[in-house]
Amino acid sequence: MSVLIDENTRIIVQGFTGRIGTFHSRQMIDYGSKVVGGVTPGKGGERHLGRPVFDTVKAAVRETGAEASIVFVPPPFAGDAIMEAADAGIRVCVCITDGIPAQDMMRVKRYMRRYPRERRMRLAGPNCAGVISPGKAMMGIMPGHIYMPGPVGIVARSGTLGYEAAAQMKALDIGVSTSWGIGGDPLSGSSLRDALEAFENDPETEAVVMIGEPGGPQEAEAAHWAQAQMSKPVLGYIAGRTAPRGRAVGRSMGCAGAILSAEGESAAEKIAILRDCGISVIERPSEFGTRVAEVLGAA
Amino acid sequence: MDIHEYQAKGLLAEFGVAIPRGGLAYSPEQASYRAHELGGERWVVKAQAHTGARGKAGGVVVCDSEQQVAEVAQKLLGRRLVTEQTGPAGKGVYRLYIEEATDIDSEYYFGILLDRAREQVVLVASAEGGVEIEQLAAERPEAISRVYVEPAVGLQPFQAREVAFALGVPASAMQRAVKLIYSAYRAFRDRDATMVEINPLVLTGSGRILALDAKMSFDDNALFRHPDVAELRDKSQEDPREMQAADRGLSYVGLDGDIGCIINGAGLAMATMDMIEHAGGAPANLLDIGGGASPERVAKAFRLVLSDAKVRTVLVNIFAGINRCDWVAEGVVQALQTLDVPVPVVVRLSGTNAEQGRRILDQADLQVITANTLAEAAAKAVAARGA
Repeated sequence: MSVLIDENTRIIVQGFTGRIGTFHSRQMIDYGSKVVGGVTPGKGGERHLGRPVFDTVKAAVRETGAEASIVFVPPPFAGDAIMEAADAGIRVCVCITDGIPAQDMMRVKRYMRRYPRERRMRLAGPNCAGVISPGKAMMGIMPGHIYMPGPVGIVARSGTLGYEAAAQMKALDIGVSTSWGIGGDPLSGSSLRDALEAFENDPETEAVVMIGEPGGPQEAEAAHWAQAQMSKPVLGYIAGRTAPRGRAVGRSMGCAGAILSAEGESAAEKIAILRDCGISVIERPSEFGTRVAEVLGAA
Repeated sequence: MDIHEYQAKGLLAEFGVAIPRGGLAYSPEQASYRAHELGGERWVVKAQAHTGARGKAGGVVVCDSEQQVAEVAQKLLGRRLVTEQTGPAGKGVYRLYIEEATDIDSEYYFGILLDRAREQVVLVASAEGGVEIEQLAAERPEAISRVYVEPAVGLQPFQAREVAFALGVPASAMQRAVKLIYSAYRAFRDRDATMVEINPLVLTGSGRILALDAKMSFDDNALFRHPDVAELRDKSQEDPREMQAADRGLSYVGLDGDIGCIINGAGLAMATMDMIEHAGGAPANLLDIGGGASPERVAKAFRLVLSDAKVRTVLVNIFAGINRCDWVAEGVVQALQTLDVPVPVVVRLSGTNAEQGRRILDQADLQVITANTLAEAAAKAVAARGA
């Protein structure tokens, strides 16, 4: 089994019958993911895309044995959907929804902590492209054809940069074990560090590409963890080196929030932290493929 | 979303935060009338603009007569206030808040923020009010206290007391300070704020605890459940292009270079910017078309990018997942056929339906420079600019 999912993982879709849920469920099924049903409250008992629809996640889990769930529920209800998945015993949840209120996510994360670590659901996202283990299963909205199976783990805060890395690697005949989207929101279910830890323990992964951005403490935390705990090589890229300070593109970064950060949050400061922690820094976003090839060649 | 000081004070007051008396004015006449209404002998005229450090920039003026209030108002209204935080363009001043002068005994700092690292709301307090909190945090971090709120149970009374003690208010004012802290926290929680900053919070000569200045920001993602807060948006305080973009489902950031960029995703936008700079150029703007962009939305993006006179090349860099390259290509064709595009256009399409997208561009027989990779796209955009 790859870090989160594989071809045997039974997946349900929350927001199954909606326009977006339908489109991407079909894509996932075509890719070979084992989608066993979906949840749309009020439509229980119907069938959609040849699979059963349930009113609740609990019913879906009971009837299908689902272990994973992907959430396409609109922002006002997405936090609730994630908690419902956790409560029903789902092990891996991917939330694609963009625009969940921060206080909702704060409650979601607190709610997830009521389960002991070994029974706690893993959440990827929200506001992410999802998770793919090429050749096995896709739980997300990514273009499946840009990935080939292989030994490199990718973890990215940005969806499109994760694609960029995978495509550059494929052009050089290098494949991906799992690509894991963290998501662009201030509060995310899993952190870069969580992904590094999973990749370190994954026998199919030989090296990891980590893609970060300005803002937030995740990159520094992951870098320190890698330095202390990781045996596999990690390559890091931080976007936005030339971005004007305090104006991360498309992200809101509070000004008074600056007093909270113990460590630097600009791209330049993060790059310095990565370097100090012994991570191979990828200088340009055009060099994902070539730099990974170098590292794999040396290993 | 940010709001004005007077709006923040109004909102906090609804929750029980004590504030000085004041009134809003749109004209010098109205300003002096407000002063007359408030009575007394001294007033503070405060420019309402979405920025801090207004005092140092001349946006907060103490006046001793109604006549002076009118004169100061005359000077401030319509002016652009340039502070340390606004950049050289400043923020337009179209509203003034006239407040009764407060007899200050002590000043404190009190703020509430969402700490994304700890995933908790944090209350921040310092006995040193009126100062730049960021500067204080850098120079003497021990002068700042933080109290974290457990999301499952909310702020507890002992924590509010802890904050009040950290502020250093005298025992006689403790009850009032605790009430203010609680009220501000409830406003933050119930209205989905991301920041409340009361700086300074003051103790008056008569022992009252007042919010002398107040700032609030809100979570844009939660505005759907707070129509009353959404109504407070003041579009005069926002960049007109960024606003136009937002109205069309796009997100726009204006910069100083001459390459107009149409991109999907914030991460790719920043990476493209990095690549352009490596290639020796600089972006004029970054426009994120978001996910699932229709040809029409892409054509609108072109119009917006070209509305910036600095633009000498347009670079379209799309790595489609939830987007479709064929739709993007149709949008590019639509834009080039219907708009006067006086500059070279470089297009790079990857991901979902990239082949179809490239075919659409080829068949349209337009003057489009195509690129296959990020590096090629940046290099061609920089080169085309000089052509």
